[in-house]
Formats: sequence, C-alpha cells, structure tokens
Amino acid sequence: MEAALDIKERNPFIATKGKQKVSLRCDADSISGCVSQRACVYCGARVVLNPVTDAAHLVHGPIGCSSYTWDIRGSLSSGDDLYRNSFSTELQEHDVIFGGEPKLSRAIDEIVAKYQPKLFFVYSTCIVGVIGDDLEAVCKRSAQKHGITIIPVQSSGFIGNKSAGYRAACDALLRLITPEQPLPRKANSVNYLGDFNLAGEAWIIRNYLTEIGVSVNSVFTGDSNFDSLREATAGSLNIMQCAGSMTYLATKMQDEFQIPYLRVSFLGMEDTADSLRKIADYFGDPAMLARAEMLIARETEATSPIIAAYRGHFNGKKAAVYVGGGFKAISLIKQFREIGIEVVLIGTQTGRPDEYDTINDLVNDGTVILDDANPAELERFMTQQGADLLVGGVKERPLAYKLGIAFIDHNHDRKHPLSGYIGAVNFAKEVYSTLCSPVWNYIYDWGGENRG
Amino acid sequence: MLDCTPKEITERNSGGIINPAKTCQPIGAMYAALGIHKCLPHSHGSQGCCSYHRMHLTRHFRDPVMASTSCFTEGSSVFGGGANLKASIQNVFHIYKPDVMAIHTTCLTETIGDDVSSIIKTADVAEGKLVIHANTPSYVGSHITGFSNMTKAMVSYLAESTSPIKKEQINIIPGFVNPGDMREIKRIVKSMDIEYILFPDTSGVVDTPMTGEFQMYPEGGTTVEQLKDTGNSKVSLALGRFASSDPADLLNKKCKVPVVTLKTPIGIKATDALLMTLRTAFAHEIPKELEVERGQLVDIMTDTHFHFHGKTVAIFGDPDIVTGLTEFVLSLGMIPIHVLTGTPGGSSNSVAGSFEDDINAMLKPTGIQANVKSAGDLFTLHQWMKNQPVDLLIGNTYGKYIARAEDVPFVRVGFPILDRSVHSYLPIVGYHGAMRLVEMISNALLDRQDRDAADEDFELVM
Ligand code: SF4
Ligand code: SF4
Repeated sequence: MEAALDIKERNPFIATKGKQKVSLRCDADSISGCVSQRACVYCGARVVLNPVTDAAHLVHGPIGCSSYTWDIRGSLSSGDDLYRNSFSTELQEHDVIFGGEPKLSRAIDEIVAKYQPKLFFVYSTCIVGVIGDDLEAVCKRSAQKHGITIIPVQSSGFIGNKSAGYRAACDALLRLITPEQPLPRKANSVNYLGDFNLAGEAWIIRNYLTEIGVSVNSVFTGDSNFDSLREATAGSLNIMQCAGSMTYLATKMQDEFQIPYLRVSFLGMEDTADSLRKIADYFGDPAMLARAEMLIARETEATSPIIAAYRGHFNGKKAAVYVGGGFKAISLIKQFREIGIEVVLIGTQTGRPDEYDTINDLVNDGTVILDDANPAELERFMTQQGADLLVGGVKERPLAYKLGIAFIDHNHDRKHPLSGYIGAVNFAKEVYSTLCSPVWNYIYDWGGENRG
Repeated sequence: MLDCTPKEITERNSGGIINPAKTCQPIGAMYAALGIHKCLPHSHGSQGCCSYHRMHLTRHFRDPVMASTSCFTEGSSVFGGGANLKASIQNVFHIYKPDVMAIHTTCLTETIGDDVSSIIKTADVAEGKLVIHANTPSYVGSHITGFSNMTKAMVSYLAESTSPIKKEQINIIPGFVNPGDMREIKRIVKSMDIEYILFPDTSGVVDTPMTGEFQMYPEGGTTVEQLKDTGNSKVSLALGRFASSDPADLLNKKCKVPVVTLKTPIGIKATDALLMTLRTAFAHEIPKELEVERGQLVDIMTDTHFHFHGKTVAIFGDPDIVTGLTEFVLSLGMIPIHVLTGTPGGSSNSVAGSFEDDINAMLKPTGIQANVKSAGDLFTLHQWMKNQPVDLLIGNTYGKYIARAEDVPFVRVGFPILDRSVHSYLPIVGYHGAMRLVEMISNALLDRQDRDAADEDFELVM
C-alpha cells in the first residue's frame, strides 16, 4: 500500500507533531472513492437516542438501516427493554413512488396496539429525505390519535456525517424536554450528558456522585426513559462526558433553561479525579469536596498498585488510537500515559479543530495525527510508527490482527466498563490481555522467522 | 427482551417489520463482489450504508472487509451522483489499485435515479482495469437479491462465449454461503476430477491466513479470466435457486450454457443430488473418498437418529439455506413446524415457483402441518413459537432473543452470526457439512437434556 497517499487531497488531513505547525483539516466531507470509516447522520442520531429504554425506535426507510442498528450498542437497561427491538416501516418500491406516509402511520398504529409505548422516535433515512415524506405531520397526527409522544428525528443519511446526526438527536431530546415548564431546581443535582451506559458505565458514575452527595437527575441517554428525560430541567448542573454528541444539547439547555454545563471525563484515574473535584468545586460545598477527596484517595489507593503491576509489562510499548470523537482520543492519550504506554499515532472520525489542538499539545514530537483515516493509511502509519496496539472500533479490529498488532475496542463491542476506577483497571487489564497474549508468538514471517 | 411479544396472533397489515429476518441488497452485492480476485466493492451512496455493510460483514467473518464509497452529500443527492461516481472511479484505481471495481447502488442513488451504466461508459477507466455494476435498491428483495444481482453483473459484464465448442468444465454458482462452504464445494468437485469455475468465490478472501501482513487483495477470489471463461463452459450449476438461478439463466441467455438448478447441498439428499448431477454431466466416477464420507455420515445418522426422531424444530434464515436445512432435518426424523425466511419468496405462478411451495412440497409426503412463510419477520416466528413451542430453533444470531425468551435450545446457522467465531471456516454443505450439523444439533439437544435432568436421571452415557 505504498501508494496510499498518492492522493494529494488527503495530505491536509495528516500531520506529524513537531515537524510543522499543525492546523489539521477536519470536519470536512470525505473524498469520493475513499474507503472511509465514517458513518452517516442516521447512525449518529441512532446511537444517541437508542439507550432510551422505553421508546419504540421506528426506522422509516428500507429494511437495512434498521437491521444494522438492531441492538448493536450494548447500552444496558435497569428496566424496560423495548429499545432492543428493531422496528422498520420497510419501504417498498410502491412506497418510494407513491410516498411512505400512509405506511408510517399504519406502522405506528400497529406498534401502539402491540406494545403500548409512551414514546416513539421515528427516524428518517436517506430515502425518506429524497421522497419528501412529511414526517413531522404524520408524527403529529399519530401522536394526537394515540395520546402519546412521537418525535420525528430528521436523520437522512446524506445531509451530513455522524455529527449532524448527534445534533438531530439532541433536537429530538429537546423536544422531549421543552413542552414542560422548567421545573424547580433540585439542589446538588446534575444531569449526566453523553454516557450511553455501555456495560453499565452510567451506573458506576452515578454511584460515585451519590457517594459525594450529588444526585443524578437525568442521564442522557444511558438507561434513560420517557419520564426521567422529561424531568431534566430539575437538574441544577449538566455534566458532559461525550462532548461530540452532547455539546449542542448542553448549550441549548444553558440558553433555554439557564442550566450551566461542565465538561468532564471519567476515563482514566487522572480524569476521573479531576472531574469529581470539578463537580464538587462547582457546588462550592466543602463537605462535598471532602467526600470527593476521600473517594479519590480510597479508590486511588486501591487502584494504583494494580495499575502499577500491569505497567510493568508495558515497557517501551507504543499505541495507535483511532476512535470516533476527539474528546475520547484526548482521554485515551492520558490513560495510556497512566499505564506507561506512548501514543504514536492518533486519529478520529469526527474530531474538531480545538480538540486537535489539545491533542497536538498532549502528544510527543513525532506522533502522527490524522483525521478520517482510511485503512490503508492506518496500516501505513501503524507500521511506520511501530505501534504494538491499536484502539479502535469494529472495522479496525481484524485489520490490526492481520498486522499482528494487539487491539482493544473502545466502541460498542466491549463488554466491560472503561469508566471510573474500575474502568481504569479494566483498561489496563484489557491492554495486558491483548498485548501480552502468547498468540503473537505464533506469527511467522513468510520465510519461517519467528517474530515473537 | 422479547417478553412483551403477545401470544395472541392478530392480523398485521401495516407492512411494517418487527425484528427483521433479512437485510438489504447492497450487503449481498458487496459480499459477492469480494468473491472476485483483486476486486474492490464500491458503494454508490452515502457513507453510512457502506459503513454498516462493512461492519456487519466484518463481524460475521472477523476479517477485514474493504469497500469504497461515493460519500454522498446533500449536493449530490440533488444534482445526481454522476460527478461523485466519476471521481470515485478515478480515485479508487489511483489509490487502491484493484483490477476490478464492482459498484452497487443504494436506496438513495436508486431513488434519485442515477444511471450507473452510462456514468461508467463516460468515465475514464485505465487500460486493463474493469468496472462492473449492479442495481441494488434495498426496497426490493433482500441481501440475497443483492448477492444474486452482483453475480448477474459478473455474467453480463464479463462472461463471453469465444468458441463454438464448449469446454469440458462446469460453472458452479454457490450462492450466499460461507467461504468454508465454498472450499468444501471445490474439494468435492476437484475430487471428482472435474474442471470447474466457482463464482463468486470468497474463500481466500474473507478467511485469509495470518501472515503478519495486511493484504488489501488477498489471494482468493474468482479471476477475471475465469469469469470470462464461464461463457465457454458446458453447463452451469446453480446451487440455491434464490441466490444463484438468475445469474445462471442470464449466462444461458448470453452464452448458451445450459443450467441445472439444485438445492444448496445441505444434508445427505441434496449432496447426493449434487454428486449425481456431476457424474451425469461428466461421466466421471464418484471417488471412493466421497463414498466413504457418505457412509460415515449415514453411520452417524444411524448412531444418533433416536435423539432426533420426533423432535420439533423451527428454522429461519435465507431461503436457500432454510430449504436445505428443512430437507436435512426431515431426513433425521425431526419435525419442522415453523419455517420462515425474511426474503420475499417468488410466487406460485412463476416458473421457478415459490419458497413456500418448495417447503410445503417437502412436507406434504410426511403429513407434517407447518407454518411456512416468506417475507416474514422474527416477531411472526416468535408468535408461532409461543403458540406451538418447539424443541429446537435453528437460524442466524438474531434467533438468540427468541431462544432465550422461550428457553429453547438454539443452533446458529446462516448469516449473520455476530456472536460466535470459527463458523465461517467450517462447512455446512456436503457430507462433511452434514456431519457437522448433526454434531451441532445433537449437542444442543443433549446439552439441554443434561441441564434439565433430575439428579437420578443424570447419566454418563447418553
Ligand atoms: S439506506 Fe438502503 S442501502 Fe443503505 S443501509 Fe439502509 S436499506 Fe441498506
Ligand atoms: S441510507 Fe442513509 S440513513 Fe440509512 S444507513 Fe445509509 S446513509 Fe445512513
């Protein structure tokens, strides 16, 4: 794949720290003909809204869009599980020609009859955007008919990339909140934005917050439901983990309901401690701060030796990171530092300019930074940089393995939490189990030389 | 999660789907295109579709799946995707250097009406490079239709009849099966000493060996020369009517290669039919090796028949696979009472007949009363199972929800299987494949028996 970078248009999306003043191009459309790792608007909207557990998520479009998103998120629920079904209007040729509105309202009727949901999210897909079904009108009529809340999500795939989908999801969530009068604020309460409760992560953070005396009012959207989301305006502060998906909602809530927001990260020991302090600081309650310090001290004491033990195995190892959002990438650099691994390649699908600036400040000279990378580039730079480990999503896993490189999933195919102190341990453990697996000893170069 | 599926069956006529038993055309087209040597599949549409299709195939095969996309934006969907596609063709050959680029459309590009063949005609394609395409609107058919359409494109773009006398060789169209199945079919044909062209052939593409290197174009796949030469073969064998008949018929129309359509060779009867057809067409003897395998299979079936006899089973998945599985479980003495595919199933009036007719014809002599449905969804299957419970469920990964809700032993067969590994390497076709199926089915049933056994009934030997 030497010729991978023959394509000059890609050059502005790739930088090497130290070599030049970095102003990486990002947030731009991919180039036609690329093997892009990016997804679409619908995908972005679906991942944010999917954890709403008691909603019927109805995909208005042909079957594929709905099949591929059927229960792939791994977000856990403490109660309802209607969200884990896959509902589709399954548009047919006839509907494409004559319009899909009648079918949509029939499908809603039928799901109401079978499951009595309180809430519907109706997603538009590419095709719906093109044939021009009036989603808004159908949802409104059906909502009146059944006396329930039905929210159209304008997520036609081609109107942008995943970030536009995040925004569409936030708009849908705002519609859920807005009809209510702002509720009286509960003291010391937060809304937790941008945690989708993968492997129960939102529960871990809630326990921490409860322990220091902060109550979690609503979670957007991990393990959430119709009622809990509608109470969002009772929260006195928004804390935000996944900035990529939730910044828009946070700013809107600040403007419309005067709820301020803080950016937090619970990935890694350092970020977790910082975030807990930041929250306690915000409430300005010395007793709360003291409890936070106690929690941090206790957990650090318990966690550090375990991390240190793993760290011993990682001398001189190098990591490559390719994830969706910029903020996650930033946390990962710090988290790798905690376990003694240097990040030598870092890229994102949807990172923003300010995030790339932060990344550039954090990494060492010589680190390759790239936006919207394709597999050929990943391969080239991982090899060139001598990475021993890749962090990525589903599609990157087999690529790494084929290269004989260890891999960890930081997306939705993981089965254990990576948040908080337990997450820090899990992270180190996962890095250990893949990086130090005996399996790498069995890779032979063509010629019979053992590389292990 | 499916606890809320109601038991009462009421008419459903919205046309909506609850828990699909199929997916869309482009993923099938992408998979078929991977079966051409040095081919890069290309998705003409927005990035999302392509990303989902690659993700799903990656999960099933656990191997890298490469495909490029036209990366539509709002502009392209208003003004048409011609410019995107031309830029894609240029970029793909420039950056990724495949021999063949196999374009399929998506819902979006179908709906806005991009005329892909004329775009290709006016595009600048380098000497010696090829571009083929298939129309794969997802609002028609299923992933099986997409697979069939891309295989048809191989025929319409590439096959040619260059000599008046046909060669002593056979075309085999294996249908939407795993690379392990394709290998097994090749092994059988090779052992009969017959020249063959298998297309598409994903073995060696999505089950590549670990070498410490990533190859954009692995060694496997049907070569362009072979695809061209399919027009010179003496006969085409379409395995599985739904995935394979259309391309075989097209080849007959184009190059006068007669067609034999058989079931996907799952189970003893369908494998027998495959071998008999090969023997008749080429007057080659069936080698000892295969006879021994058949004998072993019958031996195994004899050893275990009492485990299966009278057990009720529900089967769902892709039509060709479900048809083969149904025939096989019948030969084991099991009773398939629910048989469902998500793919629309042809009609009774067409020459080919329908899925439902096929299954009913198999069941008729046995007197079994079964629910049989094409274009169904898993909600329907689950309702059937609530009303008439079964001893075993066979289908793809998505069956796990129903299996759990109804506490039924479950055997994973078909596409996709997202939560288990190794399956795509091991065949379910041929006598060997049938042995493996017997093992999987009996293990599932016996594991259940062990699990449920009272202490006094728990035994060492079963
Ligand atoms: S838009 Fe069409 S082609 Fe794309 S995933 Fe959905 S159904 Fe499949
Ligand atoms: S059709 Fe559009 S909305 Fe559906 S997956 Fe493709 S890009 Fe996304």
